[in-house]
Amino acid sequence: MSTIVLLTMTGLGLGALYFLIASGLSLIFGLMDVLNFAHGALLSIGAYGTWWAASGNLPGAGPGGGGFVLAVLFGTAVGTLAAVVLELAVVRPLYTRPREQVLATVGVGLAVPALLSGVWGSDARTFPGPEALSGTFGLLGADVPVNRLVLIVAAAVVLLALRLFLGRTRHGLVVRAGVEDRAMVTALGIDVRTAFTLVFAIGGCAAALGGALGGLYFGSVDPRQGTSLLIFAFVVVVTGGMGSVTGAAVAAVVIGLVQQFANYYTAAGLGDLAVVVLLAVLLLVRPRGLTGRLA
Amino acid sequence: MSTATRTPGRTDGTPAAATAPAPGTGSRLLRWWPAPVLLLLAVAPYSALPLPGLLDGPVGSPGSLQLLATCLMFGALATGYDLLLGRTGLLSFGHALYFAAGSYATNVFLLEAGLPFAVAAVLGLCSGTVLALLLGSVSLRVTGIGFSMVTLAFAQAGSLLVSRNPGGWTGGEEGRAAPAEALPSWLVGIDHTANLYWIALAYLVLTLGVVRWAVRSPTGRVWEGIKENERRVEVLGLRPYGFKLTAFVLAGALAAVGGLVHLLLTGGSTPQTTTSDFTLSLLVMVVLGGSGTRWGPMVGGILYTWADHRLGDLAGSGAVAGLPAVLRVPLSQPLFLLGVLFVAVVHLLPGGLARLPSRLRRIREENR
Repeated sequence: MSTIVLLTMTGLGLGALYFLIASGLSLIFGLMDVLNFAHGALLSIGAYGTWWAASGNLPGAGPGGGGFVLAVLFGTAVGTLAAVVLELAVVRPLYTRPREQVLATVGVGLAVPALLSGVWGSDARTFPGPEALSGTFGLLGADVPVNRLVLIVAAAVVLLALRLFLGRTRHGLVVRAGVEDRAMVTALGIDVRTAFTLVFAIGGCAAALGGALGGLYFGSVDPRQGTSLLIFAFVVVVTGGMGSVTGAAVAAVVIGLVQQFANYYTAAGLGDLAVVVLLAVLLLVRPRGLTGRLA
Repeated sequence: MSTATRTPGRTDGTPAAATAPAPGTGSRLLRWWPAPVLLLLAVAPYSALPLPGLLDGPVGSPGSLQLLATCLMFGALATGYDLLLGRTGLLSFGHALYFAAGSYATNVFLLEAGLPFAVAAVLGLCSGTVLALLLGSVSLRVTGIGFSMVTLAFAQAGSLLVSRNPGGWTGGEEGRAAPAEALPSWLVGIDHTANLYWIALAYLVLTLGVVRWAVRSPTGRVWEGIKENERRVEVLGLRPYGFKLTAFVLAGALAAVGGLVHLLLTGGSTPQTTTSDFTLSLLVMVVLGGSGTRWGPMVGGILYTWADHRLGDLAGSGAVAGLPAVLRVPLSQPLFLLGVLFVAVVHLLPGGLARLPSRLRRIREENR
């Protein structure tokens, strides 16, 4: 029983991490038809920003208590800024050429991890975290690491915030309408490009937060982390139906749980394999994803 | 990613008109420029010409030949990949799988079955081709970004499988060295680098020839149609599926040959060749050189590989080590420079390096 609880919590934590990356990826793809290959880089920027601040380089920030919260905020802010710069400088000039937009993000996705490993070395760095978050807590007889809970809570908050933003605000309305039919929104006289920058900022914010908290989950940061998570985030996006945030949340939970349970009960590494095979099978059976939307 | 509404290649300088030679003996002779280049490449191992800056030692030295052979191999591989990307408009993220299949399958047949090299090589190529046929027939059932994702998923599955080292066949993270005693003696050892170089050159010529022949064939014309507007090809009464599968299998087979050449060149199979990063670097090569052109992908592949190797050496040299950190750190990362160069090319030079001459010509004519 305790094993199942632990596996479930770990799977949910991993799913939460996937959701933080996939929500932005899904919105960006839904609105702009751009598969953002630089999204893993945004996560890495968030992780390194937090690590840098928490290692005592930012005044006031540190590995414990309020200092760590400040470090996470700093990392998230840097990631958001990077996403906005990415959209304005790299993606926007290629507005009329969707395929080139994807290629440009591929280039950024190659360059940023290389730069990170140039500055801080290609080896994994130990991630500092507060004492309160590195322990475990008892749940139904299992000792569950607290960082799983932190990730799950963060993802739930992001999901709620995104639902509120998309459902209750005017900007959210424009984004939703843009996902449905971009040409029509433009024809109604609304400048969708503001929404482009907005979804990049939201996506970058969520991914960077995922990077900051993922550092707690993995206990270390390395330059390749974002890229390896990106593949599973793609799986989540496609499974959940591109452009759907709720779909991404459901898919992230399913993928995280399947991966953890398969990895534990079969051979290690087979869970990862199961997940990618699952994607292939799903796409062939239902080319439009779980929620039936494929832009 | 709907490319259906765009008509690429027609608006920005028609390639056919731009490259058509003007009448006259001089230009007719110019059409044969690849022949002397090929001759020069073929006799390169006999040359002791030093190319300071470009290569470490003289051209004929084993180190330089190894680098040149790797460059030629990647030039060929990128040319084969462009059969999908630039000729048929299929964005596959799983091309590394067929390359790795050619390399690993041959290696496993050599090591585990103890087959002679020629048999293992043929079986390895068949494995890669059959794999491309199987997975291609499945992946092509979905179109657009779904196709890209399915190919990515299959390649990732292959990559995970290789790193799991089933039955001790793939060697896991370390990869597996080819058995030197099972290979013909003229392919082993540093004295025989020239032979490997010629093999890589032959692979490049083969790929260029096959791609040129395939693109000019009736099937090639349908590929072009699929790239421009798949719906219209269907309306004409043709089923795009079979044509796309042909392109996929042909590109996969060429990649498998490349895997075999890579196995000989590096003396083993490495898991790096199975990763999605490997496919992405192929994508970068093709776009850098010019997707959908005859020489572009080759130029891109050669340039990328050369830069990747030489920039790494440059980073270790004294000239860079003496620079302040702001300059030294980015310069010491070849992938960073290549990534930035790639983004710059995508922005400033649509159509890649292959378009550069015609662009320069146009600028010169405008200034006149």
